[in-house]
Amino acid sequence: MSDTEAPAVDGVVVEINGHEVVARKGELLIDAAERAGTYIPRFCYHERMKPVGMCRMCLVEVDSGRGPALQPSCMIECTPGMKVDTESEITKKAQDGVLEFLLLNHPLDCPVCDKGGECPLQDQTMAYGPGESRMVEEKRHKEKPIPISELVLLDRERCILCDRCTRFAKEVAGDPLIHFIHRGNNTEVNTFPDEPFASYFSGNTVQICPVGALTASTYRFKARPWDLETTESTCQGCSFGCRISIDSSRDQIQRFSGVDIDPVNWGWLCDKGRFSSEAVNAAGRLGEPLLRTASGLAPARWSEALAAAAAALSAADPAAIGVIGGARLTNEDAYAWSKLFKGVLGTDNVDAQLGDGLPAEALLGLPRTTIDDLCAPGGTVVLLGPDPKEELPVLFLRLRHAVENDGVTLLEISPRRSGISSLAAVSLQPRPGETGELLRALTAGTEADRDIAGIPVDRVNAMRALLAAAAGPVKVVLGRSSVGESEAVTLDATSVLLAARPDTVFLPAVRRANIHGALDMGLAPGLLPGRVGLDAARDWFGSRWPSVPAARGLDTTGILTAAAAGRLEVLVLLGADPLADFPDARLAERAIAGVRTIISVDTLLNTTSERAHIVLAAAGFAEKAGTTTNLEGRVSTLSQRVTPPGTARPDWVLATELASRLGADLGFASPAEILAEISAVVPSHLGLTADLLAQAPDGLVLPIGATSGLPAPVAFTPTPAVPAPPVDAYAFRLVATRKLYDQGTIVQAGPHLSGLAAGTSVRVNPYDFDRIGVAAGGTVSVRSPQATLVMPIHADAGVPRGTAAVVVNQAEHRVAELMNVGDVICELLIETTS
Amino acid sequence: MARLTPDNVEIALEIIGRYPRPKSALIPLLHLAQEQDGHVTDEAMAHIAELVGVSAAEVLGTASFYEMFKFEPVGRYMVNICTNISCQLMGGEELLEHAEHTLGIRPGQTTADGLFTIEDVECIAACTEAPCLQVNYRYFHRITNEEFDQLVADLRAGARNDIPAHGTLARVRQRIPVDRRAGVVTPEDTAQPVWLAGSQEAKS
Amino acid sequence: MSSTEVPRIITSRFDFDDSHTLARYEATGGYGALRKAIAMDPAAVAEEVRSASLLGRGGAGFPAGVKWGLAPAEVWPRYLVVNGDESEPGTYKDRLLMERDPHQLIEGVLLACYAIGCGQAFLYVRGEMALAQERIAAALNEAYAAGYVGRNILGSSFSVDVVLTWGAGAYIVGEETALIESLEGNRGMPRLKPPFFPAAKGLYMQPTIVNNVETLSNLPWIIDNGGAAFAALGAETSRGTRMFAVSGHVKNPGVFEVEYGVTTFRDLIYSPQYAGGIRDDNAIKAFIPGGASAPWFFEEHLDLPLEKVTVDRAGSMLGSGAIVVMDETTDAVKACLRVVRFFARESCGKCTPCREGTTWLEKILRRILDGYGRPSDLALLMDVCDNISPGIAWPPKQTTICPLGPSAVSPIASAIERFRDEFEARITQADENRTSVPVAFPKAVSHV
Repeated sequence: MSDTEAPAVDGVVVEINGHEVVARKGELLIDAAERAGTYIPRFCYHERMKPVGMCRMCLVEVDSGRGPALQPSCMIECTPGMKVDTESEITKKAQDGVLEFLLLNHPLDCPVCDKGGECPLQDQTMAYGPGESRMVEEKRHKEKPIPISELVLLDRERCILCDRCTRFAKEVAGDPLIHFIHRGNNTEVNTFPDEPFASYFSGNTVQICPVGALTASTYRFKARPWDLETTESTCQGCSFGCRISIDSSRDQIQRFSGVDIDPVNWGWLCDKGRFSSEAVNAAGRLGEPLLRTASGLAPARWSEALAAAAAALSAADPAAIGVIGGARLTNEDAYAWSKLFKGVLGTDNVDAQLGDGLPAEALLGLPRTTIDDLCAPGGTVVLLGPDPKEELPVLFLRLRHAVENDGVTLLEISPRRSGISSLAAVSLQPRPGETGELLRALTAGTEADRDIAGIPVDRVNAMRALLAAAAGPVKVVLGRSSVGESEAVTLDATSVLLAARPDTVFLPAVRRANIHGALDMGLAPGLLPGRVGLDAARDWFGSRWPSVPAARGLDTTGILTAAAAGRLEVLVLLGADPLADFPDARLAERAIAGVRTIISVDTLLNTTSERAHIVLAAAGFAEKAGTTTNLEGRVSTLSQRVTPPGTARPDWVLATELASRLGADLGFASPAEILAEISAVVPSHLGLTADLLAQAPDGLVLPIGATSGLPAPVAFTPTPAVPAPPVDAYAFRLVATRKLYDQGTIVQAGPHLSGLAAGTSVRVNPYDFDRIGVAAGGTVSVRSPQATLVMPIHADAGVPRGTAAVVVNQAEHRVAELMNVGDVICELLIETTS
Repeated sequence: MARLTPDNVEIALEIIGRYPRPKSALIPLLHLAQEQDGHVTDEAMAHIAELVGVSAAEVLGTASFYEMFKFEPVGRYMVNICTNISCQLMGGEELLEHAEHTLGIRPGQTTADGLFTIEDVECIAACTEAPCLQVNYRYFHRITNEEFDQLVADLRAGARNDIPAHGTLARVRQRIPVDRRAGVVTPEDTAQPVWLAGSQEAKS
Repeated sequence: MSSTEVPRIITSRFDFDDSHTLARYEATGGYGALRKAIAMDPAAVAEEVRSASLLGRGGAGFPAGVKWGLAPAEVWPRYLVVNGDESEPGTYKDRLLMERDPHQLIEGVLLACYAIGCGQAFLYVRGEMALAQERIAAALNEAYAAGYVGRNILGSSFSVDVVLTWGAGAYIVGEETALIESLEGNRGMPRLKPPFFPAAKGLYMQPTIVNNVETLSNLPWIIDNGGAAFAALGAETSRGTRMFAVSGHVKNPGVFEVEYGVTTFRDLIYSPQYAGGIRDDNAIKAFIPGGASAPWFFEEHLDLPLEKVTVDRAGSMLGSGAIVVMDETTDAVKACLRVVRFFARESCGKCTPCREGTTWLEKILRRILDGYGRPSDLALLMDVCDNISPGIAWPPKQTTICPLGPSAVSPIASAIERFRDEFEARITQADENRTSVPVAFPKAVSHV
């Protein structure tokens, strides 16, 4: 209430245990004390959530001028002259009392509790607690752990009702599926009957639980904290770059936990990332190379496999070699492959993406923003890309916080309502293929006077007004919201926006783990390492690499088209699975059938590598050191925690081995040497040394060094308008999106995640559903010019009329067969099957 | 065992419309559900969650905090006998014991015929009229054992039309006529009330 | 319910069978204050109330006019919330006011909204009070139809909706921040003050005035007769009249409106015009002066006036005007356990010391009552109390957000201090080495 009276000052001087401490204005006492070296015990307080002051463990004596009184230090802001005693008799008595109260009904089953050894309640009790309980009556009893989801179990006897998990669910994740129920001494945390805690973020509650009430099904009884070895690394579940710690014991990964870094994940992880720990130890991990024999793929010696690969590559015309993939790699791996293929073999048919993203020139060439800048208070964010909740879940958490707490205005342009739509000030669903037209109306000098792209005129103008009112640069989350529509549509929309508001900045939202690092290292046609074009950097690399490709090569679509036409001799797959991922399954199939030699470098066999001729077993995440780059361009470290299975090798080793068999020396013999070369050679990465990275636990956003005197960085070239296709009243336009849990490697390799991929159906607006005339739960035939699928159909009010939404890369229905990669949109006829 | 009936949905929407935030209608809507079914069903809670735009877990979280809401079937007559201090001093515990004996059930239990549930409740604000009890939240003051038995007999005989079945509280609902409505004031309505214009209060 | 010279301010219509109807209310001058007020400057109405020095009648006894003034200037909207969640053991007066004179309350609500500038009012009635809900609903329907409530009240620019809302069984909701939580559709768990003083950050984080039913019921009389007339009644620090419920072991238990601060406990308990003395002419053993949360008083306190400051200084409080009398036959341990059980059952569960501590206190007391007490239990009880309310002093300090937990300390501290011998007599089979209890104690009672 004195907010207006107090003059704005940078620091507030308070006295803690007789020492002066300068607190920040508005800083909570518990935080100020901790910064000053006085840790006040707490259970309910968590620095990333709003304080509730209910466990009462952090009571300390505070004198704000009216004599000392016990106050919860997690709820009290520092005020000038405040005197605090965290060690007085009264403070200690109160804290001891609270600890005794918490232990009254706690089962003390520490020997069989996962949390034992890293439990705040146990630690407090050992440090300050009573020797034995003064309560002779019986404790509360509840049924021992009950599953509240596939991934999390709840032991209500251990729970101390701190409200951390429930607050997280409501406040941070926006999934209030767990809640306090009942009252007083009967209070417990639980779900609604038969409605599990099915949140993409449920694992965070396990991590922040201050006791062993919440445990993860992937980790139960697997290890004790004192047996764990821990390393920090960066999650490779998507391209957001969450910082994690990796725990292992006996050379086995046991779990991942979130590490709190300010610029990225704030300690949170999504469940896919957290529980991808199981993928490292997955059954089926390749421990040795394979060669195709008459009876299929068979184990081979490395010398045989590498010789076979080198022979195939050296025999091929460089223009007949294609390389797809690279997002699985470390930056060092990617650089090594890039140098091998582009600098030694001289092919430019290299693409780390699978036709489901955006051209590298757009991702690297548009003015880029950071996560923090995107989420800065008061800004305006346009979402012109995929559902972040499904593809970049922790970005969803950051955006959710920005909208809910920091007054950020979110404008969503998506082909169907998404997991973030409810947070958007306005959410518009243009007809597939017509997003550019919508952007023209949104950025026009006058209000729209008619419906645009199927959106009512007043809704268009509502967003137009918010966009016009945006102070400062508009920030765009940019990606492919649907692979059912051509990337040209998104590029057109981007061009329109950039022309209207030249100061617009972008966060590229393509999702695969280190895709941004792979592109930075030149794994894209027409590019060389350092976000530079082939021609612009020809001289630069001409003097630093053995050679530079003569001309721009093919992207993945081009490579597959060439392969399908029999023009490709060798296809190298760097962890890629085009049969599953390429948004034109029939082309991918013809390509795989048409290529002479397929070399797959992977950690596990997938649908495509099962058809390879040579399979090189690669070391995977947590099995090798290196660096990775997230969607902001932030470079952070990856650490080795366990040894790879069998004789699997890091990619950079394979690249150098192949180079030497091809008579070249890549010039490095360790990831550290590669990083040294990168920091010396790659224009965008100049000066990025291991020492510098070691001093930057949050990673470093590039560029960090000089930018003058270097090859011109690649720039985005505005693209021409894509004419809106005429509306066919009988046809549905396809919207193909992703779900977090799919048939991809990370999900399917872990026993606890694999079952969460929910499959797909075709979803249409309830109006269309009635029009089709199918019974609820029925199936329909879905026909495109390429293929016909028989699928279940559901009514979904989040899908606009005239569109049909499906989910790609799910079991059973291969919706990628419906699409033809060159088309602007994919039109479908949907009919009952009877 | 049901969601709210169409008639009750209409009432529910009217109730929601009186509050600046829909969630504020939760408790009245839970009472409506209890009035409909005699207790609050899971289906009704899920329905209420949809109506006010919260999760079913949040509805349960609120509902289970308040002891009037019952999540399992209870008797047609909920007999709440106060044993708190004023009633205890005047024989409330003995009355409860007598009621247990008469009905053959313990607090929290329901008679086999589904007619009666008894509860040992906290103060119901009739302290000068101890011992007291409520049947479906209708008061009975200074009750003797004989009067209790007579009340039970009357209820069994269907002779107490003045006491509706469990779940119904007030039999009169507030109705705000459309033409008399001042309107909901939400936190976003930040204008000064018109009748304060020119007032000294406004200037202070 | 009678008094001689002093006017009956809020119970004046109680003798009429139709006291709850609009017809009776209008026939006895009802809504005259509203007409009068609407012709006045809202600030002048507020000033009239301030000048009456009306203390809040809910329990804390904070001056109503001052409370109104705590709302920050120029922050709109403001809400009025009426606390009709009467549930402090021993308290019985708001229910009467709601059942017998709902229009008086509604008029009080309107006067407050007019004076403070509240855009909407919520009248929160305790869930268990079906008749009060019914009478208020009917009265509101009448008042809307007659133009007293709603849009352009009595043709003026003053518009306000009064929304009847009701609880569902939770004592803690009588605490104003818990009531606000409940009104927001949440579990009734109190908020920490500061920062969540309702006057500044209340309902939906807007300035909110929470007033008790009896407090607001005084407003029509104050506006009709002037604040000075009200302030002329009663004692220096406790003005006007006030309703007291006298229950327990008295000959004539009842609710009495008496001049505030002048009448003594002895008058109220022994005078034939009030409670008429102790039943069977027994000796008085103890009495609770202001609801179950209040420390107990004894014979030596009988001549204290019913006056806020005096009672506070004597180590207890008038609270919600609830006097519970225990005669010499009362079992102090049993009475103490009953009050503690109440607080244990009604703890919201938010703060650890209250959630765990009150239940533990109940378990210990029950064990003593069941004959399994240990000599060390009295010290244990007091130490557990000290961990809930450090120092066991009055007014209580607390390790909790709200005073519910410390309220459970009052009966224990009172009873053990005064009747230690009764507790010790219960602890006959002392066995310090007993580590388990040879009877099955009731497990936690489920609310479901």
